[in-house]
Amino acid sequence: MLRILGKIQRIGIVTEPLPKLDEPALTEVGEQLKAGIGELFGGSLAIREVDAGSCNGCELEIQALNNPYYGIERFGVHFVASPRHADMLLVTGPVSRHMEAALRRTYDATPEPRLVVAVGECGANGGEFGTSYASCGAVANVIPVDAVIRGCPPTPLALMRGILEAIGKRSS
Amino acid sequence: MTPQDQLAPFLVHLADAGLRVEAQASPGLAPAQLILVRPEDWSQLGSEAKAGTWRWVAGWGEESGEDGSESIRINACFEKAGAYLVARTSVSRAAPVLASHTASFPGADRPERHIRDMLGVVFSGHPDARRWTRHQAWKDSEFPLRRDFPAAGRPQAQTPPDHQYMFLPAQGSGVYEIPVGPVHAGIIEPGHFRFQAVGETVLKLEERLGYTHKGIEKIGEGRDAEGLARLAGRVSGDSTVAHAWAACMAMEQAAGLQVPPRAVWLRALMCERERVANHVGDVGAMLNDIAFAFGFYQFARLREEWQRVSREAFGHRFMMDRIVPGGVAIDLEERFIATMRDEAGALRKQIGRLMAIINDLPSVADRVRGAGVLKPEYAKALGCVGYVGRASGMDLDVRRDAPYPPYDHLMVNVPLHHYGDVNARARTRLEEISASFNLIEALLAGLPAGPVRAGWQQAAAGAEGLGLVEGWRGEILSFVRFGADGRIARFFPRDPSWTTWPALELLIHDNIVPDFPVCNKSVNGSYSGHDL
Repeated sequence: MLRILGKIQRIGIVTEPLPKLDEPALTEVGEQLKAGIGELFGGSLAIREVDAGSCNGCELEIQALNNPYYGIERFGVHFVASPRHADMLLVTGPVSRHMEAALRRTYDATPEPRLVVAVGECGANGGEFGTSYASCGAVANVIPVDAVIRGCPPTPLALMRGILEAIGKRSS
Repeated sequence: MTPQDQLAPFLVHLADAGLRVEAQASPGLAPAQLILVRPEDWSQLGSEAKAGTWRWVAGWGEESGEDGSESIRINACFEKAGAYLVARTSVSRAAPVLASHTASFPGADRPERHIRDMLGVVFSGHPDARRWTRHQAWKDSEFPLRRDFPAAGRPQAQTPPDHQYMFLPAQGSGVYEIPVGPVHAGIIEPGHFRFQAVGETVLKLEERLGYTHKGIEKIGEGRDAEGLARLAGRVSGDSTVAHAWAACMAMEQAAGLQVPPRAVWLRALMCERERVANHVGDVGAMLNDIAFAFGFYQFARLREEWQRVSREAFGHRFMMDRIVPGGVAIDLEERFIATMRDEAGALRKQIGRLMAIINDLPSVADRVRGAGVLKPEYAKALGCVGYVGRASGMDLDVRRDAPYPPYDHLMVNVPLHHYGDVNARARTRLEEISASFNLIEALLAGLPAGPVRAGWQQAAAGAEGLGLVEGWRGEILSFVRFGADGRIARFFPRDPSWTTWPALELLIHDNIVPDFPVCNKSVNGSYSGHDL
């Protein structure tokens, strides 16, 4: 136990005030996000992530939002296990035909008003996979989409910006 | 003993056993030897390979109408002590029936069902008549990999859910079922798990995969070399480097193209970086699954720092699209050699300190020791590769046993464990991280000068190539055949997950349901790489 406490004390808080690589600053986007979520979602935005057929690249970057560098929970964003608890669906694609029904059902299970954000090149337009016998392509081909986050995969900061943009659409 | 010493006696043995076997030169398939076998000998080939303790590696088919013969070629790849063998036979397109290898090699079960769903070849004697990759996106009379099936398919306006799949039932007093997925609770890929449990104890787990089937094999057809490399880099996003490398290796072998030494060294550097990133992230995720948040956040922090250096040096956090036909798309600036060397040293120290803390905690040991045991005999029967195999006594690493450049110049330490539990898989992965640090240091120290990309040269129509790469999950096999105009006629990537998904069903037996997440994460099969 002493070792754990020692480690925690030595490392301190690594959540960074200014990221080295990404501009504009993470905190700037984060603070806007926090303000928006405070105003429109009572301080708490619940996201259900749905992999509708992705290669897993987008999932890794969405997971990274929870690492101590981004720590997205501090801005009021948390990922929930059920669409019933969600304000927003973060959907990666392309939507495989085998996931089509599951995605529709997840969408139907999400209480209104709900936001849908399509993530990645594949979620936006089918990406490398396009539309085929096995792929419906873009998320918007299956369920209504409010915002799109491009990138293959989008970086964690791009994901945060995209989520911010999506909640901005709610207010307008 | 060299790998070739395994091959010749086996071919003699097959001939003695009455099989008509014709060894054929196919330089693109090297190091594998190609043999042609009559379809009526296919079943015996399987039993002889089993008796000779060969491992069943992969199976794939292709329609070969170019000579007007209207036949379907079926390939099965075997391996023993680093020697690779590709056995090939052909069946008529009108009545495509071939003996199954599943009775000899349980690991051939799902691959053969995949071939049946995709190509319409019936494997006689196969113990499981259910479909595998096909859900409801195409009819059971249609086969997407046939030439007459358009890539666009003939989809319905809405694809119906696949709720008619017959799971094997378990019955008895107190037995209940837990259906999980395809949409999972975490930020992970989709798939379905059907548990049958009594109380908290898992009686049986059955997987239903195929949800992320994106038609990768079909949409690979008709692409040029660069386009195929991009697609291969998205077979499984966490293995983008390894899959792109395997596909490029296959294409380069088919085209007879020499890749500059600096390029292969940089490929290996990226591949080792990918291995470290995934293992570090997964060790943290395993700790998260046993509710040890401290460990999770520490390892997540280390992974993030590692990925940032990848981005600085190679321009992408996963190094996606950096391996291209003929070499690599980006050279490494001199200054990163010192950066990466220091980084590897620092990370080695950090992990050492963290593990001293983690190893000190009985509550961690209690959750990972004895949990999710994959017995060595099961690992062997299924032909498990990668850390899942190596934690259960399967001593194979392509980098060491069938070394491709630059590993033929490097010393690869391969950890091996036999207990096969979550702890053994975690230890194996930690030791692989350490081995990768050694490799990274050697790669940085010995990085040759020179160009990083050779000009692409078109492969002859019909040329075939095989890529074998040790990705972070284990052995990746990639097969490529070129058609006319340098376009791809067939692409088949075999992710190591094909060998480890069935292992998960076995190792979860008699464990409690709440231990499933950590058992699953310790295996971490790729859904996308498996579903194709």
